[in-house]
Amino acid sequence: MLASIIASGLAIGAVYALIGIVYNTMFSASRVMSFTAGQVGMLGGVLGSLFILRLGLPTIVGFVLTLVVAAAVGVITEVIAVRPVLSKLDQHLYVLSTLALALMIQQVTAIEWSTEPQPFPRLLGIGNGDPLDEKFWLPVVACAVVIIGLEFLYRHTLVGRAFLAIAEDNFAARALGLPERNLRMASFAMAGMIGGIAGFSSGELLLAFFANGAMLNFYGFVPVALGGLGNNRGAIIGGLALGLFQQAANFVFGGVFASVAVFIVFIVALLAAPQGLFGTTTARRV
Amino acid sequence: MATEVKGLSDITAPSSRGGISAALHGSLQLLVVLALAILLPFVANDYWTLIGTRAAIYWVLVSGLNLAVGFGGQLAIGYVALLTLGAYTSSILVLGNLGPPWPAFGALAITGVVGAIAGVIIGLPALRLRTFYFAMTTLGFATIVTQIALAWQSVTGGGIGVPGPVLPKPFDTTVGFYFFCLVAAALCTWMTWNISHSRFGRSLVAIRDAEVAAEATGISKAGLLIAVFLFSGAVASIAGGLFATLQSYITPDAFTFDLTVLFFIAILIGGRGSIIGPLLGTIILTVLPEFAAPLVAWSTFLYAALLLVIVLAIPGGIADLLDFANRKPLESNRAIIPRPALLSELLNHGSARETISLTGVVLAFGGVRAIDGLDLEIRPGQVHGLIGPNGSGKTTTLNVISGYNSPESGRIAFGARDLAHGAPQTRAGLGIARTFQTPRLIGEASVLQNVMIGGTIDGTATFVESLLCLPRHRRDEIALRKEAMIALRTVGLESLAAVRADRLQHSELRFMEIARALMLHPLFLLLDEPAAGLSTDEIKRLGELIKEISRRGTGVLLVEHHADLIFDICDHVTVLNLGKELASGTPGDIRAHKEVVSAYLGA
Repeated sequence: MLASIIASGLAIGAVYALIGIVYNTMFSASRVMSFTAGQVGMLGGVLGSLFILRLGLPTIVGFVLTLVVAAAVGVITEVIAVRPVLSKLDQHLYVLSTLALALMIQQVTAIEWSTEPQPFPRLLGIGNGDPLDEKFWLPVVACAVVIIGLEFLYRHTLVGRAFLAIAEDNFAARALGLPERNLRMASFAMAGMIGGIAGFSSGELLLAFFANGAMLNFYGFVPVALGGLGNNRGAIIGGLALGLFQQAANFVFGGVFASVAVFIVFIVALLAAPQGLFGTTTARRV
Repeated sequence: MATEVKGLSDITAPSSRGGISAALHGSLQLLVVLALAILLPFVANDYWTLIGTRAAIYWVLVSGLNLAVGFGGQLAIGYVALLTLGAYTSSILVLGNLGPPWPAFGALAITGVVGAIAGVIIGLPALRLRTFYFAMTTLGFATIVTQIALAWQSVTGGGIGVPGPVLPKPFDTTVGFYFFCLVAAALCTWMTWNISHSRFGRSLVAIRDAEVAAEATGISKAGLLIAVFLFSGAVASIAGGLFATLQSYITPDAFTFDLTVLFFIAILIGGRGSIIGPLLGTIILTVLPEFAAPLVAWSTFLYAALLLVIVLAIPGGIADLLDFANRKPLESNRAIIPRPALLSELLNHGSARETISLTGVVLAFGGVRAIDGLDLEIRPGQVHGLIGPNGSGKTTTLNVISGYNSPESGRIAFGARDLAHGAPQTRAGLGIARTFQTPRLIGEASVLQNVMIGGTIDGTATFVESLLCLPRHRRDEIALRKEAMIALRTVGLESLAAVRADRLQHSELRFMEIARALMLHPLFLLLDEPAAGLSTDEIKRLGELIKEISRRGTGVLLVEHHADLIFDICDHVTVLNLGKELASGTPGDIRAHKEVVSAYLGA
């Protein structure tokens, strides 16, 4: 029993961590939290099932196409919901514009795909439902690959350093001549791809289901909020801890009370440390 | 002098007429909607009456939510949680699943109380969390409430649901229930109208658009938001009770995410800080699916698309389209002529005896010591100038006094008392007012309302009194309005009282901020570069006004770059450099001070 709690906890936790990284990647580039973060995760599952099961494409082609579409959704988020409000005085408009876009994505999926969870293809065919089944370790592997990839990008490539520069000081980066807008679009495309990877790798676990978007929006946000905005390390630790806690609570109390427990822990922790456990406070300008 | 006397006699005449006619215009629009609603059952069939009932119930919820979202700018998205809670509470109480069965109206009353408590629980995180975080937590509540309704089968019936309460005669027919809901909706409209025209409504908007200025005028964000969440929670929950009666049978499925989106979007389509707008928004969104039956499945998509268009294209919503008065062009070359003589009406506290004194104040931002062991004394009845090059700590000093920055060491005393560090909302109560380097205004409110904000702490009526428009509320409003008009005449902006503040020129905003500060009858007035961006004539008039303010016994701290103004009106000047006092004395001393002349004033 313990083994399956840990396996499913780590698997679902890795998905939450990845969605947390999606939030962070979008935030770093634009100072905007987007409700579409969970939706690209959901699309990863739905698109994978669409391309591979419904259209019968080879797995690898389906995977690549999923990433392409997810990246496009990321770019669309930037162009439609983020860029227009960045210049507006009222900075809170992004909450509404990204919420609107997320709802539209969710609704189109519900109507054009299905309102019921649809099966997701077996990717490798390893394992038979035991704790070492591929559906449990694929998300963890995906999470590790993304982290290593991001580390490499940020530390060893010029583009990655440019991302960091934008995140650190937007004005200074522009003054240095960095193409801020293109880098922001690239960041959102990358965020979309990470979301696509999260959804695709967890497809066998979460299925291709439109309502996963809202679920991932919330549970992917919890580790970000608790770990501190823009802090990927916090998101990973928080995500894995959340997944384990949720699965354990699920086992001990049962489904509904597990979500209630997660929610209460989230609210209490957030009220105690509004900046997140690893975050820093920023002073207000008067 | 003759003009001044004339000015005094018709202080309230011209622009309060403008204000009242605007209010009349607003209530007229609401009355037209009410009249049409009363006619509905007589001209339409039962089906449309049911839709009317639905719209009325939604409006009961939205009217309260409007105070939190539209006026207060708190993005509480998951209000469907309260609708669900109210529906289940009233149904379960009437059914007797939890304790003895209750009569329908008693159950509705308890539903309101439960909703008020839940409203505060859902709303309170707003005090600590940023917008997106808060929006997320309210969404979380919406999910949790539905899940509990599903899981607690013995009480809620789980997925099967429970019957909604039936109201006694004569409200058990379609038309009877419609009029019951209509009365509830009208009552909610009236109450929120009262709040929107009270210091509470203005304070909510101030928190939304100019939180820093709201703190400086002593508005307590916590107290205000708790009152608003109590009220909006109660009406949302009662709306849930009525919704259960309308549905006659409720299951968790009835409370879809679509509904919460509908409520939220109705307010944004309507326009923030308006009542008629969100009301029309609610009606339109309720009726819209009836006209587009094939599109019902797409309704959430359409709502979301509408939200996106509104946010990106017309952030003002319907209310902006109905605001005809503010489309008239303003006179193009207006001059601001302050009337310092009118100050006797505002500042008659006699001379304050206490001083504000700073001793050994140190404040560092990271490695930069913005203030480095500063001593300063501001005396009543004097203008104290604070000059120095950029980054010398002038504004920071002002922020330390008004509580926005807390010093690391040192003492800030007001008379014998110490001023609490980092508590800006306490300064207004002590009679310390201030203006800001960049004017902090509420763009969507009129100039008069912006100035009335300054007198918020003088109000005596409680939230409930304002809600019900009781005598104390009416007296408050009359007194505040009169005083705000005097303040506007004093600074010379009375002709613009009814104009939206964001249509003013920069120089006019500076004078408007002074008028707002004067509403506190300040013992001390802290001015942060009031002359920046003003013309030479305007600076001269500003100087006369400031000088007269100090002659009425108010101590003035003037942070300025215009050396002429400083030397013209100051009784005492302190020169700062790198957070330290470089020189201090009368304007004559400073002008002769060698170091100051070479470092700052130029030869």
